[in-house]
Amino acid sequence: MANNSEVDNETLERAREYVKQLELGDAKQADLVLGELTALRESQLFNELGRLTRDFHEAINAFNSDDRMASMASDEMPDARERLTYVITKTDAAAHTTLNAVETALPICESLDKTLADLNEAWEKFLSKEMGVSEFRALSATMKDFFSSSNGDLTAVKSNLTEILMAQDFQDITGQIIKRVITLVSEVEKSLVELVRLGSGLSLPAAGSDTEKDKEKDAEKSAKAAAELEGPQVPGLESDSIVNSQDDVDDLLSSLGF
Amino acid sequence: MKILVVDDFSTMRRIIKNLLRDLGFTNTTDADDGSTALPMLQGGNFDFLVTDWNMPGMTGIDLLKAVRADPSLQSLPVLMVTAEQKREQIVEAAQAGVNGYIVKPFTAVTLKEKIDKIFERIESEKA
Repeated sequence: MANNSEVDNETLERAREYVKQLELGDAKQADLVLGELTALRESQLFNELGRLTRDFHEAINAFNSDDRMASMASDEMPDARERLTYVITKTDAAAHTTLNAVETALPICESLDKTLADLNEAWEKFLSKEMGVSEFRALSATMKDFFSSSNGDLTAVKSNLTEILMAQDFQDITGQIIKRVITLVSEVEKSLVELVRLGSGLSLPAAGSDTEKDKEKDAEKSAKAAAELEGPQVPGLESDSIVNSQDDVDDLLSSLGF
Repeated sequence: MKILVVDDFSTMRRIIKNLLRDLGFTNTTDADDGSTALPMLQGGNFDFLVTDWNMPGMTGIDLLKAVRADPSLQSLPVLMVTAEQKREQIVEAAQAGVNGYIVKPFTAVTLKEKIDKIFERIESEKA
């Protein structure tokens, strides 16, 4: 209300006129002046309301035309959903691979353990000279079998352990994907704060104190650098310019003389 | 054979170190990004470098370039193990002088193949 004092003068003038007409006893004229006074008040109110509406409209428009917001809403949020679903798939697969390997390896270990216990018992019997010749022959054959089979059993256990080891690579892949989603979520959070700020018409601090802002800036910078890299590919969201397998990488490198 | 493994994820460092041990390379050390790795390489007498690409601080590609720019390190064999699979990136790594490139997720067999291939090439170049 830039013309505050002007309006006040006009109001004051009408009010004086109203009192004057009342004192003169001219009720009809007084009513007329009161009507003018009310109209004046209403127009002030409408002006203010109009200004607020316009501000709000502009704020909403500014928000809508923010490309970053648009791409977040239309592409990146659904993208993030796919990525997080892929994280579930990856962790699920890793857990199953690990459990399968454990379930395969455990019975092998148990059987080795049992055979060793049996052999140990028989060996003790032999050492205390309580074993007959035919029994010793049987023990000798069992030991021969054990030596050849335990080798294969241990190889199988070792391969299961390697499988468990490799299954842990999900942590690196999913970690990279989740980091990207966290970056997106904090961007959305910032935009929402901005929306609240615009909507309330209050000058809320945009994002924390100055030192916090600096920290955020640093984090944003490194997040941005990371976002420029393609990162792990998510099925269904592959970028066009990527290779699909190690074989493709090998082909590409050999075409470059590797 | 002394090998440096560089990756920002400790799980991946452990996986690679375990696989290397399985292949008979027991003398391995690790670092979590390029800026930690470079001084280790400069003072550490390493024979082989395995590095990720996407790391905070100094990335793998910058580490590779720094290694090639350092006279005492320029012939160090470098194997990249990364989730980055953009064509331009693979070409960039090749141009920067990488000796091998493995995309994650990878298998133990792939790691062995690539390491063998790198040493074969080095041997044939010496001969």
